[in-house]
Amino acid sequence: MSPMSGYLLLSALLFSIGLAGALTRRNAILVLIGIELMLNAANLNFIAFWRYGPNPEALTGVMFAIFSISVAAAEAAVGLSIILAVYRHSKTTNLDKMNSMKG
Amino acid sequence: MNWIVQNLWLVPALPILAAGISALAKRKSRVLAASLAIGSMAISFLLSLWAFAHVLWLRNHGEASLQIFDFRWFQFGNQWLSLGWVLNPLTAVMLVMVTFVGLLIFIYSVGYMAHDENFTRFFCFLALFAGAMLGVVIANSLLLLFMCWEIVGLTSYLLIGFWYSNPKAAAAGKKAFIVTRIGDIPFFLGMVWLYGQSGTLLFYNGGAGCLEPSAINYLVAQTTTIGICAATGIALLIFCGAVGKSGQFPLHVWLPDAMEGPTPVSALIHAATMVAAGVFLVARVYPLMSAHAGIASVLTTSTALQAVTWVGSITALFGALIAVAQYDIKRILAYSTVSQLGYMMMGLGVGGVSVGMFHLITHAFFKSLLFLGAGSVIHGCSGEQDIRRMGGLGRLMPVTFATYAVGMLALCGFPLLFSGFWSKDEILHAAHTWNISQAPFYMGAFAALLTAFYMSRQVFYVFGGKSRLAEETADLSHSLASPDTTNHHGSSAPHESPAVMTIPLMILSVFALLLGFLGTPAWPWFQSFLEDTQAPLDFSAFSTGGMLPVMLSSSVIVLLGLTIGWWFYGRKPIESVDAPDNVGRLSPSIFSALGNALYFDAIYGATFVKLNTQLSKISDWLDRWVWNGAVQTVTQIVFGFAYLDNFLDTHVVNSGFDGGCQGVSRSGQILSLLQAGRIQRYLKIVAGALIVFTILLLWKAKI
Amino acid sequence: MTISFLLLAAITIAGTAAAMSLRNLVHCVLALTLGLVGLAALYLQLGAQFVGFTQILVYVGAVAILAVFAIMMTRSAEPTEPHGSSSFQLSGALIAGIVFAVLAWAVSSGTKALQVQTLQPEASVNQIGVALMHGFVLPLEVIGLLLTAALIGAGVLAMDETRGAR
Repeated sequence: MSPMSGYLLLSALLFSIGLAGALTRRNAILVLIGIELMLNAANLNFIAFWRYGPNPEALTGVMFAIFSISVAAAEAAVGLSIILAVYRHSKTTNLDKMNSMKG
Repeated sequence: MNWIVQNLWLVPALPILAAGISALAKRKSRVLAASLAIGSMAISFLLSLWAFAHVLWLRNHGEASLQIFDFRWFQFGNQWLSLGWVLNPLTAVMLVMVTFVGLLIFIYSVGYMAHDENFTRFFCFLALFAGAMLGVVIANSLLLLFMCWEIVGLTSYLLIGFWYSNPKAAAAGKKAFIVTRIGDIPFFLGMVWLYGQSGTLLFYNGGAGCLEPSAINYLVAQTTTIGICAATGIALLIFCGAVGKSGQFPLHVWLPDAMEGPTPVSALIHAATMVAAGVFLVARVYPLMSAHAGIASVLTTSTALQAVTWVGSITALFGALIAVAQYDIKRILAYSTVSQLGYMMMGLGVGGVSVGMFHLITHAFFKSLLFLGAGSVIHGCSGEQDIRRMGGLGRLMPVTFATYAVGMLALCGFPLLFSGFWSKDEILHAAHTWNISQAPFYMGAFAALLTAFYMSRQVFYVFGGKSRLAEETADLSHSLASPDTTNHHGSSAPHESPAVMTIPLMILSVFALLLGFLGTPAWPWFQSFLEDTQAPLDFSAFSTGGMLPVMLSSSVIVLLGLTIGWWFYGRKPIESVDAPDNVGRLSPSIFSALGNALYFDAIYGATFVKLNTQLSKISDWLDRWVWNGAVQTVTQIVFGFAYLDNFLDTHVVNSGFDGGCQGVSRSGQILSLLQAGRIQRYLKIVAGALIVFTILLLWKAKI
Repeated sequence: MTISFLLLAAITIAGTAAAMSLRNLVHCVLALTLGLVGLAALYLQLGAQFVGFTQILVYVGAVAILAVFAIMMTRSAEPTEPHGSSSFQLSGALIAGIVFAVLAWAVSSGTKALQVQTLQPEASVNQIGVALMHGFVLPLEVIGLLLTAALIGAGVLAMDETRGAR
């Protein structure tokens, strides 16, 4: 196994852990954290491909990771404030109770 | 390239920017909004003066007075869509006129709208409106022109319906918007056609623009299936847009209704901007309008220009006829505007750009003067708009009266002194020498007679005689009916308006007097400026080309109109509010038909609107029975399948296929969970999709 | 496949797995911090120093703290969370497992063809700065706009409506 596939496998595992958390937890904050983990896994992929892939002097992978971190930060801020707003409205962070959009 | 040419975009951009800032401002920041709007307009005015000076400088140095600045907007396919602006005499004149009149109207609005609670919003719209109009003026691309044109339409809707709590104002705004839209659809089609044929929408582009000879020649050479050349077809379609915007004959109905807006808006729309946009459009695309098949000679007139002339002359006569029988001070002016716009179109058709544009410029000044004067009268009479309830205001509002009289004489075309005389005379002279038909000349002359008549009628009603306002003050219902009332501090006695309103009136009246001397036959500086020729001072021009008889006859016509007006209304003062109209007594039925604008609204209501209603009813029926029926059928089929499924399910289970059945019911459950409103279910579906797509990709890669 | 990689990977996996499975939410976030630090160390190991430190600053320094605040403000710290039905948990875990299996398959079948770079590439802060100001200047602007919008949006959303907007 090459060093690169080690990183990629790790990233796949991180992604799955994040997904599992997002799918199984009831608390909205934890779901959000799970999504953040999935984003992190993607970042790890970018860095690994930059390190081992061709043409590393273009810095594309690093740049993408930096931008993705910024976007993730924005997402976390907005997501958490939405959770706060919802909590103020319905006094719960339990996703099962937030089903007013039910069709 | 000169700095002003490169930065001409600042002229429209500044008011738009001011509008943007005041849109964000708080409702209470009145001073901010007003000073932003007026300040940006003042800067735009100075820039316009600079641009004007630059064009003059170019002329004096014998350089081409057409300066363009194009830039690429975006790319599609392998083509670039370019936009740009153009500075030529036409642009320069319009810029100065729009910014100057606009500036005066802005200042006047400070006084007029002082009591309105939505002062800030008003100035925001006003600045946006002016900015969009300036954009129309400088655009070097039909597309850019169209975009600004549509912003003008939008803001006119917002401004006419400014007092939206009054249902009449809201309806008038909608009407203005929809009726002008009817004209804009052909305009848009024309634009698309033009692009399809010539591949560019830039007016001037160093020989490659759509108004330059190569493109025009190409367009003239193309013939359509109905036998006219493409240039004519496109020109006629574009003219439809101008008809809508400038309130020409079949689409004029929105213009009088637009009087529901605040009076400064009426002045801005009817004098400086919106209606002028249509005339300006025709002037801008004049090379396209005047292009015709066959050998180019001075004596033939293109089909498009003939259409322009006929529409214009019909509108001129028609508007003047209706204006005779109106009682609302602003409606009289509105129909007069319709009539004068007809004149401008006629001037463009028979005489070319300079003739029509000269009347546009002089009209902008005296008509905004009249509107602002009418606003001052309405302001002074606490919102009263019915001329029958006014009277005797000449003594109470001397400044307004004096300036109004100047505007009125200019509109009538009182000989020699007033600007309207010179510009109108120019049009009549051009119509007289028109080679197709003499009818437009006679229609124009008759409209001039009517103009003098209805304006003197209005002035005698409003300013002459004794005040009839007092009779009605007990009856509050009349004064409350008008939305203007809410903006005044209900003082019953008519009073002179504050200085912030009268000073613009005085400035405008000076221009209404003097502007005509820029374009007299002896020294046609204005015309030569637009057409890029030299203008010598030559008094013999009066006697050549049949000029003198036309001038004399139009003077006689004006004096006759004024005399008839005096005979009917000024000889003995109008006694009471309910006294029937002196002309109306001669032929009540015709008079009432005119009073109702020849029932055009009713005709449109009975035909187009009704047709529309019927169509929508049919659509409703179709929707209800045909489409709904189809949908219901499908639903029933689906139900049938569902029953079948259900049947199979139970029976398959009963037969013992446990595993299969569970799979089916599980998938059914998952499908029903699609709409569970639970976020994690959705996430699961996404994850499932991820799995499927990854497998698909890998599989494909393997094969 | 060095020892350090295995060690860091183990820390990361342990941290994140704990973050996703513990009952107490505060513990979850603490475990998450551990996992994120491990991830940052992995970035450093890969030679992306800047990304590693950014990861620590943004995630450990900001996002984790923000999450703790959110937990405190929504009073989710008390483990009142009712246990979801086991089938719900199971299906989620199952799907995640399948996703992992598919991704692992993709990785194992895909990386064989790749030419692996053995040289350690460089990504100094200087280079990143130059790249940001040249080739990536437009994305940088867009991200700046996005962050501003997110900042304002988060503020507006978190504002207490009942006390009335000024």
